[in-house]
Amino acid sequence: MSADIVLRTEGLTKEFKGFVAVKNVSLAVRRGTIHALIGPNGAGKTTCFNLLTKFLTPTAGRITYSGQDITYASPADIARMGLVRSFQISAVFPHLTSLENVRVALQRKMGNSFHFWKSERQLQSLDGKAGELLEAVGLGQYRAIPAVELPYGRKRALEIATTLALEPDMMLLDEPMAGMGHEDIERTQALIRRVAKDRTVLMVEHNMKVVANLSDTITVLARGEVLAEGSYAEVSRNPAVVQAYMGSTGHAHG
Amino acid sequence: MIAQAPAIAAIGTPRHHYAAFAVMVALAALAQGAFGIYPVFLAKVLCFALFACAFNLLIGFVGLLSFGHAAFWGSAAYASAHAAAKWGLPPELCILFAAFVAAALGAVIGGFAIRRQGIYFAMITLAFAQMIFFIALQAKFTGGEDGLQIPTNYRRIAFGFLNLRDNATLFWFVLGIFLIGFLVIYRVIHSPFGQVLKAIRENQPRAISLGYHVDRYKLVAFVLSAALAGLAGGTKVFVTGSAALTDVNWPMSGEVVLMALLGGMGTIFGPVAGAVVLITIEEFLAERAGAWVSVIQGGIFVLCVLAFRRGIVGELARLLKKPL
Ligand SMILES: Nc1ncnc2c1ncn2[C@@H]1O[C@H](COP(=O)(O)OP(=O)(O)OP(=O)(O)O)[C@@H](O)[C@H]1O
Ligand SMILES: [Mg+2]
Repeated sequence: MSADIVLRTEGLTKEFKGFVAVKNVSLAVRRGTIHALIGPNGAGKTTCFNLLTKFLTPTAGRITYSGQDITYASPADIARMGLVRSFQISAVFPHLTSLENVRVALQRKMGNSFHFWKSERQLQSLDGKAGELLEAVGLGQYRAIPAVELPYGRKRALEIATTLALEPDMMLLDEPMAGMGHEDIERTQALIRRVAKDRTVLMVEHNMKVVANLSDTITVLARGEVLAEGSYAEVSRNPAVVQAYMGSTGHAHG
Repeated sequence: MIAQAPAIAAIGTPRHHYAAFAVMVALAALAQGAFGIYPVFLAKVLCFALFACAFNLLIGFVGLLSFGHAAFWGSAAYASAHAAAKWGLPPELCILFAAFVAAALGAVIGGFAIRRQGIYFAMITLAFAQMIFFIALQAKFTGGEDGLQIPTNYRRIAFGFLNLRDNATLFWFVLGIFLIGFLVIYRVIHSPFGQVLKAIRENQPRAISLGYHVDRYKLVAFVLSAALAGLAGGTKVFVTGSAALTDVNWPMSGEVVLMALLGGMGTIFGPVAGAVVLITIEEFLAERAGAWVSVIQGGIFVLCVLAFRRGIVGELARLLKKPL
């Protein structure tokens, strides 16, 4: 199989008490691309993410990442291998400042995270790097603000900065633009394009304009199964896809 | 914006923490020196204060509710009394041994409990604590119903020169141990490790997704908490002169929850205040109110949960707009 596939699933299946949320999904994400996973509500996109990052264990199937079988790895180990996710519901540390949020991610590689006898002053050596990351996502002036007080769009930006702090080879973004205003979307889109220059991005996104603008490849999921795959032009012409989206209720379709 | 949100403690010790610490030490010293309160009573309060601080390290800074902390306090008390009565070790070594025993027990119980969340975690810790209680009740070396007394001929000299038969000396000795334990906890909270604990408490899935093996951090925190509870329980033996079944029984686990709750969970000084209030109530109402003490405690519990969630120090911190 081609060496430039960074993440591959074969026959990935997840059953919840008889209900099959993800069914026989085979996915191949090429290194260095932006790959979008789309589909109507309840299609199984988040479940897929949870399977890929080991927050859930698959009922059947296999996952390989950079040539290693990660089907039964632990979620923390997945992150350590360079596959880092964000969450559909904004995942920040609410009562830590923006700077501290990013610093928590930087801290792990410092190797002092179990040092309960040392002063936290040690962590100040990370402030410079954390500050740079905040600048990169446009949060420079928010560094001392607790995350809980940031507007929604800024929280998502903080989340991306925190993810970037791990210098992941691959980022999984679950609806990074959900709930964002127009301006935030523009900025985040530019940000994703920028950070995707030297890494792979797999993202779930409902905003079709964003999907069209950013993605190299799109996989459409419906009722847990892969419905179509290809470029935006190919996928949007696919009658099955149109059908699936028409059939789903109340779906924003750009 | 959100004015009520707790202010974020910037890195480094804030000045008002030094002040609060000074006030706490001064009050303890004054209570013994100037107000002429019975030093043995004060020493007992300090033991419980350390116990409550150790418990609070888990509930307040990791978000884990242990309902079995009597196991650590109690088994440490037995270990300490045993080392004194059977081996004739000096007090400081008895206490050190007790802390080690509690830490080892913490590693075992924590190893089983740490993966569970919420009420399941509480139930497992409770179940283990009841097992320890059962052992204490049945085994020979614990003295069953009688408990373990420190014999009258035991040489109560700490570090070779502190005569603990003298009540004032005993008080200073216990204050010293309390302060060591308190400062250890303060450092743990304000360490690189403490920062990760905070992150786990704030958002566990996110901490995992950043590559932290959160169970390992929780286990280390659990063992630290057990060791410090053991430090307190082991010291207590030299204050009351014995280890008894009440030390390992479940109401003791409940009491430490109440102390932390009343003083303010997740605050630094709260558990100390909670212990002072509760032990004082118990001590002075025991003769006057008898069984009503439990009712009063129950009332305090209900009041805390319903109207007073932040606890004494938590409310104070809110008024002062400073984390305490
Ligand atoms: N833990 C669970 N237990 C049972 N069913 C679940 C669980 N998690 C998800 N599901 C079900 O699996 C299906 C897929 O859910 P999932 O969250 O993956 O969808 P999604 O594609 O991310 O949808 P959305 O666009 O709304 O985020 C849904 O029907 C959901 O109810
Ligand atoms: Mg989803």
